[in-house]
Amino acid sequence: MIGTEKILEVKDLTVHFYTYAGVVKAIEKVSFDVYKGETFALVGETGCGKSVTARALTQLIESPGRIVEGEVYYHRDGETIDLLKLGEEEIREYRGKEIAYIFQDPQSSLDPLYSIGYQVSEALFVHKMVKSIKEGVKRAVDILRTVLMPDPEKRVSNYPHELSGGMKQRVTIGIGIANNPRILIADEPTTALDVTVQAQILNLIKEMKERYGATVLLITHDMGVVADMADRVAVMYAGKIVELADVFTIFKKPIHPYTRGLLKAVPNPLVKIERLEAIPGTVPSLINPPSGCRFNPRCNQATEICRSKVPELEEVEDGHFVACHG
Amino acid sequence: MEGMQGMSSFSNGFSSSSNLLEVRNLKKYFPLKGLFFTKGYVKAVDNVTFEIRKGETFGLVGESGCGKTTVGRTILRLIEPTDGQIIYDGRDITKFKKKDMDWFRRKAQIMFQDPYSSLNPRQTVFQIVMEPVNHHGIDVHDPEAFVIDLLEKVGLNEGHLYRYPHEFSGGQRQRIALARILSLKPEFVVLDEPTSALDVSVQANILNTLKDIQGELDLTYLFISHDLAIVKYMSHRLGVMYLGKLVEVGNSDGIFEEPLHPYTKALFSAIPIPDPEIEKRKEKLVVKGEPPSPINPPSGCRFHPRCPFAREICSQKEPELKKVGSDHEVACWLY
Ligand SMILES: Nc1ncnc2c1ncn2[C@@H]1O[C@H](COP(=O)(O)OP(=O)(O)OP(=O)(O)O)[C@@H](O)[C@H]1O
Ligand SMILES: Nc1ncnc2c1ncn2[C@@H]1O[C@H](COP(=O)(O)OP(=O)(O)OP(=O)(O)O)[C@@H](O)[C@H]1O
Ligand SMILES: [Mg+2]
Ligand SMILES: [Mg+2]
Repeated sequence: MIGTEKILEVKDLTVHFYTYAGVVKAIEKVSFDVYKGETFALVGETGCGKSVTARALTQLIESPGRIVEGEVYYHRDGETIDLLKLGEEEIREYRGKEIAYIFQDPQSSLDPLYSIGYQVSEALFVHKMVKSIKEGVKRAVDILRTVLMPDPEKRVSNYPHELSGGMKQRVTIGIGIANNPRILIADEPTTALDVTVQAQILNLIKEMKERYGATVLLITHDMGVVADMADRVAVMYAGKIVELADVFTIFKKPIHPYTRGLLKAVPNPLVKIERLEAIPGTVPSLINPPSGCRFNPRCNQATEICRSKVPELEEVEDGHFVACHG
Repeated sequence: MEGMQGMSSFSNGFSSSSNLLEVRNLKKYFPLKGLFFTKGYVKAVDNVTFEIRKGETFGLVGESGCGKTTVGRTILRLIEPTDGQIIYDGRDITKFKKKDMDWFRRKAQIMFQDPYSSLNPRQTVFQIVMEPVNHHGIDVHDPEAFVIDLLEKVGLNEGHLYRYPHEFSGGQRQRIALARILSLKPEFVVLDEPTSALDVSVQANILNTLKDIQGELDLTYLFISHDLAIVKYMSHRLGVMYLGKLVEVGNSDGIFEEPLHPYTKALFSAIPIPDPEIEKRKEKLVVKGEPPSPINPPSGCRFHPRCPFAREICSQKEPELKKVGSDHEVACWLY
């Protein structure tokens, strides 16, 4: 089903934020490959670095943050581009066109002062997909229809505040797919929505993916959404990838103590659970992260080496990577 | 199941002895203020009836804006009901005057969703936990020992006594809020999305603590959440709300086993199951559209415009809750 052709190769991606309180080591040496046509999920709890990773891929890191290390190779039609080496002008040619984003909060990604038709049209216009905004608005009707917006002919002239949360997210997806991207990066696209609306939007992303053959990088903290959508999964903890495998392996044969703990802490509505198992302690500060494995203070299997040496992400079986000394 | 309908009036009377709380035809309409006149009402809670038994956890689920918080606050009279009765331990609290209300305010407490805004940042943990006790003028022999005991119940300790809220994580703050609630030795606690601001690994901890102290201190809970998996984990009985109405109510395991209302079915089917073997193969019942506004709710059954099974009567006449099992009621014309 999924090819073995890499579309993205992320190597040692590291982002720091230089704040008054100290240097926040938001992500450290994050490496993963994304295959063409797959849905690759980044999962983890608040603050573990999912959004920073997703944004860094196209240099979307603002001051006081800086990408301090790493390469992001983007493979297209036999050529390879290091996205982090491109200048501000050059990366803009890719961002929003070949690599598009959908963010969690549709409210903040839409401009309240412009009609949604104008905003979809503008996305087309800046990438020269249409000759004028007017032509773009006509195309916007079709795009809104594709994302199952009710009454698209009327809705194009609506402003964001006139739409429900679900409809706004449809518009941002419309803007995301307007230029027929090769990679769609969806950062918690349904977290702000109710479950019945979430089900509609996830369906829509699946349909769009099938129709346009796009590759999806999905960011979520919801293991249910991962189970539904992902082909492969990277589990992040405190700025590092701790485990990476296909979705069935992650759920059935997790190896890293954090992945195992996380899965046991998630209630399953189909199963009568007498007692959830919780992970003791809390996520560490990223200004002074624990030495060695960042999970070691919460890990019941930690030994001396876990406190002194950072475990590398190693392939323990075909396609299953784990960063653990255990 | 048909044959059991006639029994509904009997068993209502029968079970009332073990009910701690009975909510009868509760309404809360918020006026929409125009320049000179009231322009209409937000029917946030519209004719809701259910009971909560002593010692149980009653889960209230539904999507954003369906009225869960309004139910929770109205039954504590933190906001005044528009209409209806709230019978607590046999007495209608809507009729209570100040003295009785003081008593009720000790017996019934609420825990809010937001662990950041619910604690006074300038008070120490000790002051925060003692505040309700002082407010009610209750004499405590050894305040420090009293607070330490409460902290230990909720998984904190003596070392936290003189620290300030900003020194704690979200999960720890919820524990402080809980210790404060317990200081009044309540019987009934409304838990309004107590973990929805927390990460899953921390959430599991708090939910377990809530379960533990329920048995230990003989508490009855109204557990409000939009997360069905959590409600399943916590609740003995369950009510499903849609747009100000209770559409299904009864034994939690029973409803999870066989949800009857099309909205409940849609809601259950929409929750992604954290198991790819099941989730990827699951047949999904995706309902169209989004919940409409509670200002001008649809006629008849409020779910009918989104319901795949809607018939003519559904848009004309509102279905009442109807008994379909020993502890299972549903408001739908299909049954
Ligand atoms: N502008 C910023 N200034 C300082 N620190 C930042 C900034 N943006 C992000 N961080 C830090 O980087 C870390 C990773 O943040 P990120 O937003 O990637 O987390 P996340 O996994 O997306 O979390 P969430 O699930 O809450 O969205 C966090 O510790 C965060 O505090
Ligand atoms: N003080 C108020 N004035 C006017 N309308 C209100 C007020 N409080 C709540 N409402 C409205 O009443 C309805 C029910 O709100 P409520 O907060 O009870 O929903 P909820 O089920 O708790 O939602 P959520 O899951 O988002 O917390 C909503 O339409 C809301 O906008
Ligand atoms: Mg994020
Ligand atoms: Mg609420």
